[in-house]
Amino acid sequence: MTARFAVGERVRVHDRYPPGHIRTPYYIRGKSGVVADMVGAFTDPEDCARGGDGLPERPLYRVRFRQTVAWPDYAGDGRDTVDIEIFEHWLEPEPG
Amino acid sequence: MADGEEKTPRGYHDLGGHPAGPVDRSEHVLEPWEKRVDVLCGILVDRKRRLMTIDERRDAIEKLGEDAYNSLKYYELWMAAALKLVLEKGILTRDEIDGRVDEIRARLGLEAGP
Repeated sequence: MTARFAVGERVRVHDRYPPGHIRTPYYIRGKSGVVADMVGAFTDPEDCARGGDGLPERPLYRVRFRQTVAWPDYAGDGRDTVDIEIFEHWLEPEPG
Repeated sequence: MADGEEKTPRGYHDLGGHPAGPVDRSEHVLEPWEKRVDVLCGILVDRKRRLMTIDERRDAIEKLGEDAYNSLKYYELWMAAALKLVLEKGILTRDEIDGRVDEIRARLGLEAGP
């Protein structure tokens, strides 16, 4: 498995809303964060949900987002973060 | 989002960020039927049989409808989704399942089901 992103790299979640079984939470699409960890490689749940074999396995990352990014009206501490496990095909390098 | 791409609305199962009350952190003891559903669903997706995938079951749960999703218990959702897939995939027929339920009811001395 070749991982496209390294720990510490800034990434953006695709701003996409396809049908089907999608494990990327709705609220985080289009938001930017930083790769906190590599979780491993797993079969693609979107393909498996359609009856496919999910291969090739896809890298899964733990991506850390500021709560103020996830929720524009977040009233807590500005340093608070949320970690979300996101597959590589849902990530792109942060633009700009 | 790319131009012209259809935007699927947020699913009723995708709850992150919705207002919610306090989290019940008390231990939840599983009932025997819940453990059976867990084991049965594990057998349906294991590598030996591969009758379905965990993701197919999750997808089926997301398609049971909002009312079912909000009213059924956790393992009831698993069971309803697995049953739907077992029928769709032709692994068992409705008659086979109903026949077996009747057989068990008779053995336990219960009245026939609805």
